[in-house]
Amino acid sequence: MNKDFIQEEILRASGVNPKKCMKCGKCSATCPAYDEMEYHPHQFVSMVENGDIEPLLSSESLYKCLSCFACIDRCPRGVEPAKLVEAVRLAVVRQQDKNHLTANDIPALLDDETPQQLLVSAFRKYTK
Amino acid sequence: MQRVGVFVCWCGSNIAGTVDVHAVAEALKSEPGVVFSTDYQYMCSQAGQDIIKQAIAEHNLTGIVVCSCSPRMHEATFRKTAQAAGLNPYMVEIANIREQCSWVHKDMLTGTEKAIILGKAAVAKVNLNTPLTPGESPVTKRALVIGGGIAGIQTALDIADAGFPVDIVEKQPTIGGKMAQLDKTFPTLDCAACILTPKMVDVAQNEKIRIFSYSEVEEVGGFVGNFDVKIKKKARFVKEDICTGCGACVEKCPMKKNPNEFNLGMDNRPAIYIPFAQAVPKVATIDPNACNMLKNGKCGLCARVCAAGAIDYTQKDEIIEEKYGAIVVATGFNPISMEKFDEFAYNQSKDVITSLEFERLTNAAGPSAGKLIRPSDGKHPHTIVFVQCVGSRCDACAEKGKEYCSKICCMYTAKHAMLTRDKYPDTDVYVFYIDVRTPGKNFDEFYRRAVEEFGVKYVKGMVGKVTPEGDKLKVQASDLLSNKQLHIDADLVVLAAAIEPDKSARPLATMLTASMDTNDFFTEAHPKLRPVESPTAGVFLSGACQGPKDIPETVSQAGAAASKVIGLLAKDKLTGNPCIASSNELMCNGCSSCERVCPYGAITYVDKEFRMPDRTTKIRRVASVNPAVCQGCGACTVACPSGAMDLKGFANSQIIAEVDAICK
Repeated sequence: MNKDFIQEEILRASGVNPKKCMKCGKCSATCPAYDEMEYHPHQFVSMVENGDIEPLLSSESLYKCLSCFACIDRCPRGVEPAKLVEAVRLAVVRQQDKNHLTANDIPALLDDETPQQLLVSAFRKYTK
Repeated sequence: MQRVGVFVCWCGSNIAGTVDVHAVAEALKSEPGVVFSTDYQYMCSQAGQDIIKQAIAEHNLTGIVVCSCSPRMHEATFRKTAQAAGLNPYMVEIANIREQCSWVHKDMLTGTEKAIILGKAAVAKVNLNTPLTPGESPVTKRALVIGGGIAGIQTALDIADAGFPVDIVEKQPTIGGKMAQLDKTFPTLDCAACILTPKMVDVAQNEKIRIFSYSEVEEVGGFVGNFDVKIKKKARFVKEDICTGCGACVEKCPMKKNPNEFNLGMDNRPAIYIPFAQAVPKVATIDPNACNMLKNGKCGLCARVCAAGAIDYTQKDEIIEEKYGAIVVATGFNPISMEKFDEFAYNQSKDVITSLEFERLTNAAGPSAGKLIRPSDGKHPHTIVFVQCVGSRCDACAEKGKEYCSKICCMYTAKHAMLTRDKYPDTDVYVFYIDVRTPGKNFDEFYRRAVEEFGVKYVKGMVGKVTPEGDKLKVQASDLLSNKQLHIDADLVVLAAAIEPDKSARPLATMLTASMDTNDFFTEAHPKLRPVESPTAGVFLSGACQGPKDIPETVSQAGAAASKVIGLLAKDKLTGNPCIASSNELMCNGCSSCERVCPYGAITYVDKEFRMPDRTTKIRRVASVNPAVCQGCGACTVACPSGAMDLKGFANSQIIAEVDAICK
């Protein structure tokens, strides 16, 4: 898939403007999964900004992010790195062209334990 | 009929780039009254002004229209030009074809069309202009300085030095402000008190300067040259003229456990107190919320030990009324609250402090007598982490931080780090920074010395969180250059809190009708060329009330504000603005609408005798405008239901003529 197209899709899906970043690194400073990650939150921001997406798509870091939103809460510039990470994850899911889930499948999968984000994610994958 | 000349300016390519200036000059030639029309590269230049002067003489012009930049920029210039050529300066109209036309349009056709319309409106107006003569008002040769920090002190000293009397109003019991709380000052490391207190003494001893300490401005009326100000002198329950500042009362007062504001609450003071040893005036003040005598009528110990008999429990707030020719605002700044920055654990640990608290901790007159200790256990800290930009450059958190750079933090943090390493070489000092900003004389050299000579560890990256654990503070931070997350066990964490204007600034701005920006910093009349003047005539700005500033910059700005004040007070008379309101008494129905909307109190009603058509006389109540007080805002002309009120130079008929010309 076209690199520029993916970058645009990630920015559109996340609603993040990486140009607002002032490179303070507070997102990575606050990240509890930092040591598990190959690319850290601040790197996600600058790599997406520079269109350096390929390495992110294939990185394990995508699945190490806990979506705890600490980076979103503490970013002084309102950049919201966790949303960007989520959007990169979504780009991978869409590229793989699987995880076909119909709306009818969802009620059967529902239980009290399932995190809401999983369902949201499932719907996104479906509507694509 | 007027004989109008039109002068279209290119402003280099500023206007000519998007407006066909020849076409504008040509099109306006056929407007009513226009007898001459031309264009030139720079109308405001000497050559341009000569073209105007020559045309006025050659064509007997009675009015001119200059199509150029905003009247805020060059109206005064062209009025002077007209006057030099023998024309009344109020026969000049400016059509703003730069800011409101060429700068906002990209297309030559639309830009030109709009410029022609704006020019036509100005021609229509100038056809109805009448020569105006400004009135004069006297100048009260006394200045008021609001705020007694280093900015206010320097301004007052400089004004007094020129021979004019000055009053300083300071809301605290002593002058000195934030600088009095500092330990050393960058970049030369002189002790703040050593260089400030002699100036405070100079103020106290200067015959031209009066200090109203523990006082606040209550009300401001009047206008440039003639301000009427009410100052509230709060009751300090001590007779200022009798108290010798011996301190016997302070020693004997039994109510000792009140947070000491001067040391930012890090130790306690008695109910009767003198903020610090070199306070000016050196007079005790009783805190009415802490004094047992004032609260319950029991005690009276201070009155008994006072040899001078200065204690007066019955003292009341006093209102002082004074006239001033000029007012200088020097209300200064405060560090913002750290309460909302949970990630730095300011509320959870006494060992997380702000930089101003660090100043007090290292100050010989501070709560620890200058010994650097942890506030929690009094032990010497071995690892200190300084965090920069806490709440500064923060646009995602308007409810807790500030969007701007606070400017002074990089330098004072370098100073703190350097002094700590100098005095306690066994201490590990980390500074976490986003950018190190050191624009100033000898500033970058100072910062480099902290790194190279004193071994301060500067880390590019922000601290993510601080967690108190046992007697340590676990600091988790980014080291962006080595792409690592750092974990440091610190003993003390110092936060470089953003600074904000003092809370008293906004209500004061309302009283002065002086404008402010969204951050409550006072706005200057021009960001480059008039940095110490407020757009409100007669109001001047000194120090951090206008924007974050360090001491060298504050002192230079304070001197600049003083020179502007001196320039004003040196005049015997001020020329007013002739574009003021006047009432047509025959049309006025005495309804008082104008009086109610006038923000300057310029309108009063008088009973006046009128001759009626049947030769009888009748007394009618009509509006009367005080020309010295009216500022020409035009509110009354809008409020007047009978159309009796009109503004000279901006008459209703002139504005309608402009609208007609635009809509034609």
